[in-house]
Amino acid sequence: MAGKRPKFISWRGDVTQPYKLRLKALGLTLPPLLWLTLLLTLPCLGLVALSLATRGQFGEVVWTFSPDNIKRLLGFGHFGWSSDFLYILFRSMWVALITTLICVALAYPLTFHVVTRPPKTRVFWLILIIIPFWTNVVVRTYAWLLVLGPKLPPAKLAAFLGLIPEGSALYPGQFAVFLGMVSTFLPFMALPLYASVERLNWDLLEAARDLYASRVQVFTKAILPQTKPGLSVGIVVTFVPAMAMFVVTDILGGAKYMLIGNLIQQQFTQARDWPFGAALSLALIIMTLITMALFRSRQVL
Amino acid sequence: MINQIDFVDCGLLVREVSKNFGPTTVLNVVNLDVRQGEFFTLLGPSGCGKTTLLRIIAGLELPDSGKVFLDGRDITPLPASKRQINTVFQSYALFPHLKIYENVAFGLKARRFSQKDVDDRVGRYLEMLSLGGLEHRYPHQLSGGQKQRVALARALVNEPEVLLLDEPMSALDAHLRARVQADLRRLQRELGTTFIMVTHDQDEAMMISDHLAVMNDGDVLQVGQPRDVYTKPTNQFVAEFLGATNILPAVRHGDRVMTGLGDFFMQHPPDWVKGRLTIRPEHIEVENADQGGANRIKAQVCETLYSGAALDLLLEPEPVGDPNPDFPVRPGQVKVRTYTRDHIDRGEYVNLFFPPSHLVALNDQPF
Repeated sequence: MAGKRPKFISWRGDVTQPYKLRLKALGLTLPPLLWLTLLLTLPCLGLVALSLATRGQFGEVVWTFSPDNIKRLLGFGHFGWSSDFLYILFRSMWVALITTLICVALAYPLTFHVVTRPPKTRVFWLILIIIPFWTNVVVRTYAWLLVLGPKLPPAKLAAFLGLIPEGSALYPGQFAVFLGMVSTFLPFMALPLYASVERLNWDLLEAARDLYASRVQVFTKAILPQTKPGLSVGIVVTFVPAMAMFVVTDILGGAKYMLIGNLIQQQFTQARDWPFGAALSLALIIMTLITMALFRSRQVL
Repeated sequence: MINQIDFVDCGLLVREVSKNFGPTTVLNVVNLDVRQGEFFTLLGPSGCGKTTLLRIIAGLELPDSGKVFLDGRDITPLPASKRQINTVFQSYALFPHLKIYENVAFGLKARRFSQKDVDDRVGRYLEMLSLGGLEHRYPHQLSGGQKQRVALARALVNEPEVLLLDEPMSALDAHLRARVQADLRRLQRELGTTFIMVTHDQDEAMMISDHLAVMNDGDVLQVGQPRDVYTKPTNQFVAEFLGATNILPAVRHGDRVMTGLGDFFMQHPPDWVKGRLTIRPEHIEVENADQGGANRIKAQVCETLYSGAALDLLLEPEPVGDPNPDFPVRPGQVKVRTYTRDHIDRGEYVNLFFPPSHLVALNDQPF
């Protein structure tokens, strides 16, 4: 009888037949698989195809294969070489990176503060972190316009310190963009990190201290390794959408502060150049994947 | 005054240390003298403040008042990372993401020892604790006993002046515990390091320590050598915590002490008039015949518990004449442990002798 497949098997407390189990597994995996194929894989392939097409005279898509869009993206445009698009792409990455870093730097003290509160007040603090999710990002960003306006204390203080001219607002500009970005993405960083910090084994912090570790070493050797799962998730869900962000830069950055997200949005709306928009989108996806791979190889994720 | 230290060469001194957590008093005013190179144990039930005291010595907790001295130097304001004191945590607190070698090397690397020194020392201590060959394992790949030895190695490799052990045996099974206790004692003797251990296991504390301090409710009740604390407890809590015992309310009349069991003579009569006596079950002698004389009573066996090495008896004492109007306390049952008899029938009457040298007067509150 050796080698004969058992007719019945026990699986998680159920006695069942192998083929039934396989059917069940298939039934459970098929819907998400279909979903991903229809709504992610196929559109991405469409994006690749679109990026190789050209823009017609009136903004329509002309399905003639041409690498023009890729060339243009890399700087070989109609009017000689220009690094504008590449510059915007790398600036987007830079802004996303700095945003992520600031979020990490703020999320650690924030989550430690929340975790060390007594259980009742902890809920209150968590709600404070979650509340921004209840408001649309456009609305929240417009709120910053009001807060940073020329007549309110923040702008007045900055003017008093000589950082901006008297009577002007704290926007548009880099400062306002980062403020908007960080306030948008901090909850994305803080919530996954909180999940890790909550399960922190504090004995390890004391052990490190007992073994002569400095405060910095306590962080790098006892806190960081323990909170890495939450930190990794936080970095991904912050960095990836931050790369594609266009609302915040649109409202707080002014015309001069363009990121790849704004550029893509422009191509699909004002410029009516869908093929070039598709090429830019692909470039964004590839850059994001490369950065993630770099993080991974450096053990950040 | 606590600023004046007369006995500088005393290893570790705790002076008038107190600690509250909010409204809860964890340590009243605690004093402790731990000699250089001895094995000292803080013994008490959970919640008695022993772990808090250990954490204050480690520098992981600040006392509300009082001071801690190491070799005559006030170390109270120093953080844990600046004290020549290392701890074996109850949970071991090994770094799960670091290999055994890195765990043990942690303290040396944090103090920037040269790679060669780190290698030498880590190797030596891993060898000493029979952990050779496990350098490249991770903590989760080790057994409980191995983890405990890694925790020991990680602390000892720093060659601290004082090693603190917080319930080091609590995660080990009973079989392993006895061996580890012996190993720990040998290790301490060989290294000559001062060990301070916290435990709630009185057998462990007595077997392993040079001196022990019995704690309850934030107070150190008695400090001494295990033998002295066991045979001459000064109060009821210590007497009962260190093992089975008989507590007898008593009134002193001249050189005699009256109890519900009868009148006794004592080698060291109490200085109080009303109080309690104690005598351990194994110190009460079971006699074959009624020999008459002082400190002897007759009692009926109610229950016998045979445990191989000994026979434990619960006895109901015979009423002694008329109830004494000055002394209305009814005697309870008497616990006796005998090693010489291995069988006594229930219901049998036996003669008990209470040796004057083993009747100990307790000094706490009168009944």
